[in-house]
Order: sequence, then structure tokens, then C-alpha cells
Amino acid sequence: MMNIRLRFFASVREKLGMSEQTVVLPAEVLTVGDVRTWLAARGDAWAEVLAPERALRMAYNQQMCEPDTRIREGAEVAFFPPVTGG
Amino acid sequence: MTVRVQTADFDLNAELVELRKANPGIGALVSFVGLVRDINDGTTVSTMELEHYPGMTEKALADIVAQAQARWQLINTLVIHRVGILQPLDQIVLVAVASRHRGDAFAACEFIMDYLKTQAPFWKKEQTPEGARWVDARETDEQALKKWGVEAVNAVVQDNDA
Repeated sequence: MMNIRLRFFASVREKLGMSEQTVVLPAEVLTVGDVRTWLAARGDAWAEVLAPERALRMAYNQQMCEPDTRIREGAEVAFFPPVTGG
Repeated sequence: MTVRVQTADFDLNAELVELRKANPGIGALVSFVGLVRDINDGTTVSTMELEHYPGMTEKALADIVAQAQARWQLINTLVIHRVGILQPLDQIVLVAVASRHRGDAFAACEFIMDYLKTQAPFWKKEQTPEGARWVDARETDEQALKKWGVEAVNAVVQDNDA
């Protein structure tokens, strides 16, 4: 059982109606990709925004990451749309 | 190396003067300024709001500059990116690179911009006559990065089982 901090930005933040949340992960959620799947199972906006066919970027402890990134206690995991700066 | 994320505007000349100050080894100074356009994808844009990921943004920009420093001989580098509400004509971003010779400065400046476009956590939201809309990422920005031998995924869908 790990505690992590979730962060959401831009259109993902708007659609979920929240910018952050602290959660306790079930034992089977081991990677950032697992967190995405687990959150999508909440349904409604979560299912829509985090759906596998959506272009979505992820960060682990404030670094861009891949879905197979392993999670550790106290981590910050962020989900956001493709970036559009510059 | 200097990286700044700020709401305030910047004075291009003052920044360049500071960047090359007291360093006679600098023979080339290349800068790029990105501006807010009044039209995007055929629609009038009245204002633009830039959101970012405080903390991660600065680290991502520093990492991008570090990668440029590893590829080219650079003497000094500056990246300023604005956030908050901006209007057409406003400056959004400045990348300035100082080096001994122009080749390194030209290449590094373009590399940093190409990299920033797909790897720095900024998001643009435009106000248009049809309402507010988030700007879509362009796959051409990923292609721009490919010319540097970097495969990046931003606008395209990643496989979540990877």
C-alpha cells in the first residue's frame, strides 16, 4: 500500500475538475501505466480522459516517463495532454 | 545557463547584453523569440493563456539546455518562457545561445526550441470567437526533433502496455 500524490494539468485538470489528489494505491498497482488504468476504472470523466486511445503524457516525480515506470512510496505522478509550449 | 519561467515580459536587448557581458571569448550570439499570433488554425485569437507545471518546467528546461551543451560548444545559454495571460504581439519565449563560432549557436538555438516544443510541460489555451480551446499538439513538432536524431512522442498515442 503506497501513498502517492496525483497531479493533473490543462485539459485533463479541467475535465476531471481537480488539480491534485493524494491516493493510496492498491497492492497490484505497480507502475505509472497501472495508475492510469486504475484511475480510468473510476468511470465518467476519468474513463474518458485516461482512455488508452487518448494521447496522454505522464510524469513521475516531475520527469517525463513511460507507462512502465515503477512507483515508490511518496511519489508524485502527473497526467496531462501533449505539451504545446514555445 | 539561465532558465526562467515568468509572467512578466522581457527586454530582448537587455537580456542579450547580460548574456554576453564581460566574455570576449563569445564570437556568436543567436536568439529566437516566439510571439503570440492573432490567428491559429484559421481562427482569430483574442488572448492566450499559458499553463505550466511549476517545478517540473524549470527542471525540463534545464535538462534540455544540458543536452544542447553536451552536443555543441556553448559558452552561455538563456531560456525565458512566459506563463499566464498573453495577447497577440506579446513575446512568449526567448532562447539565446552564445558560443565561440556561429555554427554551434545556430544549431543549439534551434535544437533547444525543437526540444522545448515537445518536452517542456507548457499548455496553451486560446480565446476565440467560438469560445476557449486548448491548442492541439502538432506532429510536425515531433518530426522537427527527429532531425536531431531524437525520437519523441507527444501528440501521438503511446501504448500504455509498453
